[in-house]
Amino acid sequence: MSRLSAPMYFDQVRAIARYTLLEARRNHLLWLVVLTILAAVGLAGFLGQVAITEVQQIQAAFLGALLRWAAVFIVSLAVITGMVREFNDKGFELVLSLPLPRAGYFFGKLAGYAAVAMLVAVCMSVPLLLVVPPDQAALWGVSLACELLLVCALSLLCMLTLNQTLPAFAVVAAFYLLARSISSIQLMGQGPLVDTASWSQQAVQFIVDAVALILPNLERFTATDWLVYHSGLPMSLLPIAGQSLIYLVLLTGAGLFDLYRKNL
Amino acid sequence: MRERSIKAVPIPVQLIVALGLALQIAWSAWPPRVTATAEALPAPLNVELWRVASLGDPIPLSRALMLWLQCFDNGAVTIPFRSLDYAHVTGWLDTALALDKNSQYPLLTATRLYAEVSDAARQRQMLDFVYRKFLEAPTLRWRWLAQAAVIAKHSLNDLPLALKFAQALADNTNNTVPAWARQMHIFLREDLGEVDSASILLGGLLESGTITDANELRFLSERLKRLQQRRNHELDPAK
Repeated sequence: MSRLSAPMYFDQVRAIARYTLLEARRNHLLWLVVLTILAAVGLAGFLGQVAITEVQQIQAAFLGALLRWAAVFIVSLAVITGMVREFNDKGFELVLSLPLPRAGYFFGKLAGYAAVAMLVAVCMSVPLLLVVPPDQAALWGVSLACELLLVCALSLLCMLTLNQTLPAFAVVAAFYLLARSISSIQLMGQGPLVDTASWSQQAVQFIVDAVALILPNLERFTATDWLVYHSGLPMSLLPIAGQSLIYLVLLTGAGLFDLYRKNL
Repeated sequence: MRERSIKAVPIPVQLIVALGLALQIAWSAWPPRVTATAEALPAPLNVELWRVASLGDPIPLSRALMLWLQCFDNGAVTIPFRSLDYAHVTGWLDTALALDKNSQYPLLTATRLYAEVSDAARQRQMLDFVYRKFLEAPTLRWRWLAQAAVIAKHSLNDLPLALKFAQALADNTNNTVPAWARQMHIFLREDLGEVDSASILLGGLLESGTITDANELRFLSERLKRLQQRRNHELDPAK
């Protein structure tokens, strides 16, 4: 295969990204996002009616939590189902038969899905303006974008590795839940009511600590505190951006590793 | 379908994986990520909201709430029990119990953890919670009220409170509860100096025929004899 020039390579990556984005549009992803937002706003409004006090805080907390979970769910399923269709339609084999490095295909797909994730993050942040100051909604939105970027890279990796919807989605969901709760799990294991002298407890704690080392600390991401107590600062985004960048490198490396080992 | 050998993976890709992994481990390890900060226990939400949140399965949620509440413990990493807002603690315990009425966990923590602080007001608050919950399901929760009576007597040195609990045990339970728990109020009366009442109650208990165990009968009869001697001595100290 002749080597591609850099501009040609980037053109191809951009073309793959554009078609990925187009596919998301044709799947009515935007409609799904809008319907989700309407449902979340409606539910938060209802809860606000029920609350006796701290109405705005309750609405902000529920709206933020609902939108975050929905965004993660939608982006993860969009990536997984999009890749499944590509495998089933043999589009994957077709693209790889072209004079394009596998990395180009991967980066194209990742860029396309990342654009989808950014779009979803922006859409999900807008309704927060109803109950939260714009600066806090913006911080929350940027953090959600970082979180969704990791979810989309992870979903891509799982799909390339596992090839099937159910196992891939199960792994993504388990990973996300674990990454969001691993700090709490670690703390619970260190409590004074735990028998830290027993070998089984030490073994469990070792495993938990080891898992915590290789998981991103998503607990810091997209904090509801910002929405309820307006405590977010631009500086709060620095560790989130750092963690996102590092984990994106890891997920990209792992995804490329699997892609290069694939037999057509 | 067999996968290609690892040799098929370009070296830069292998380097990216290694670099990503090393950076992630370094990022997680430095600085240490688990930094427990003391934070106040929030007020509990309405139990009906929790019921909705449980999606029709409140028992696991009740257990999870208890484990979460337990994290506000007396270790070095969080805040001591005595610094907790006990109105909130009882609220959370109440919620956990409302979600799973058969659970013993909230009452165990109430008597064995939260009532063991060196703060009489907080201890009383917790014992009162146990008493109220006992009255809702006496045969299911009698052991925690018995424990509460022991705490009231030995830790708070409040014999009237201990007697109140012991009397509630006697009045609200049946034969399914062990005799020692139902007889506790008699001995507490004796400790309180209510020798008359204690000997009348003990005599009534022995005559009722509810006690059939020979050893228990002998023990209680001895106790009654001692009570009567003490009563006679109090009536006529010259004897």
